[in-house]
Amino acid sequence: MSIESCPIVLTVNGETVIENVEPRTTLVDFLRDSLGLTGTRTGCEHGVCGTCTVRVDGTIVRGCLMLAVQCDGARVETIEGVSDTGEIADLQENFRLRNALQCGFCTPGILLTAQELLSRGGMPDREAIRLHLSGNYCRCTGYQAIIDAVETTARQRTGTNS
Amino acid sequence: MKPAAFAYARARSVEHAISLLGEHQGDARLLAGGQSLIATLNMRLSSPSLLVDINRLPDLGAISVTAGIVEFGALVRHVQAEQSETVARYAPLIARAMPHIAHPAIRNRGTIGGSIAFADPAAELPACIVALGGELEIAGPHGRRSVSAEAFFKGMFETELGPHDLLTAIRVPAADAKTRAGFAELARRHGDYALTGLAACARATAGGLSDVHLAYFGVGTMPVRARNAEAALDAGDIENAVRAIATDLDPAGDLHASAELKSHLAGVLLRRVFRQLSEQPT
Repeated sequence: MSIESCPIVLTVNGETVIENVEPRTTLVDFLRDSLGLTGTRTGCEHGVCGTCTVRVDGTIVRGCLMLAVQCDGARVETIEGVSDTGEIADLQENFRLRNALQCGFCTPGILLTAQELLSRGGMPDREAIRLHLSGNYCRCTGYQAIIDAVETTARQRTGTNS
Repeated sequence: MKPAAFAYARARSVEHAISLLGEHQGDARLLAGGQSLIATLNMRLSSPSLLVDINRLPDLGAISVTAGIVEFGALVRHVQAEQSETVARYAPLIARAMPHIAHPAIRNRGTIGGSIAFADPAAELPACIVALGGELEIAGPHGRRSVSAEAFFKGMFETELGPHDLLTAIRVPAADAKTRAGFAELARRHGDYALTGLAACARATAGGLSDVHLAYFGVGTMPVRARNAEAALDAGDIENAVRAIATDLDPAGDLHASAELKSHLAGVLLRRVFRQLSEQPT
């Protein structure tokens, strides 16, 4: 029990990381400031906007609503890692083709959130895509292109004709 | 928006968590899913000296059904309840409410116990537990006790939990073939806190419904039973029930909706929920 830095050991994008963190450091600040992984964004910092979305032990979480110290022993994945492995290359390409991003601030969070839905398999309808993305704000695109890109990816992955 | 400094301790057992709370004389907070707590820390609405992390406590993360009672360990995550066949079958009201609770990333972390202990007046689960006549198990310095849902909620963000208490389990009666559940809410964005919401359950009878329980949320400082409307629905009269809402509820307007709008929406929701209660297979 300490107000001072606590040692944590975790894996981030497949690499083991050993760091000391202040208890009050949120996961998103730890990733950005200590590890330089700035693909994950700080937006509202109270759980509303979804720009800080990352994966912890395989499920998406709000990086602003989890403390780095809680991630001791966890497996954390950010947009950098998920991009590098090629896991969402098709989704990213469909975002590009459909112009589903403009400023790009929200895009990493939206990609990780969409990937969670897509990785369940099956062909989600547009309503299911909207519901799954309901916690991620985009202030540029008006969402239609994002829904299109996710839908196209789902169709390609499931081999469903339009 | 960064939290003020605090110390952090990981509880090894329920008893350990309670003793840590005791050592800090009311200035420590339990950290469960953290989906409300960490937001309030970030905004510095709260600055405890110690967070007691209970996420790794064993034995508080299960859903079980025994002798007609569904029990949720306090650390059951929303997503776990959302995807549980046991919940769908034996606690259909909670299953219906789940998709309305925040967003997927938040449901992956947030806990059933945390939502109930936090007691946000616009939250879904407190109203569900009140509608179901549930029971809350609390561990404290003097042992364990059980409290009915209606006695548990005392006001805005205020519950029966004392500063050294920990909510350990939530129990609701298991549904059977005659149980009916209804749930609806209106929010500006899907998953946001409701402007007004309604959790309901009833028993199906030959001619209609009996034992109708209606618990509104977002219309007062805590879940509000609409007892006159319940009596009207027991008598099978939806028009009377909608009229009775005016005497059952006295919502205060807030930033998002006026009192008049909330009262109007309460009637709209009652019609939707009545349809759900009536339409389910007998």
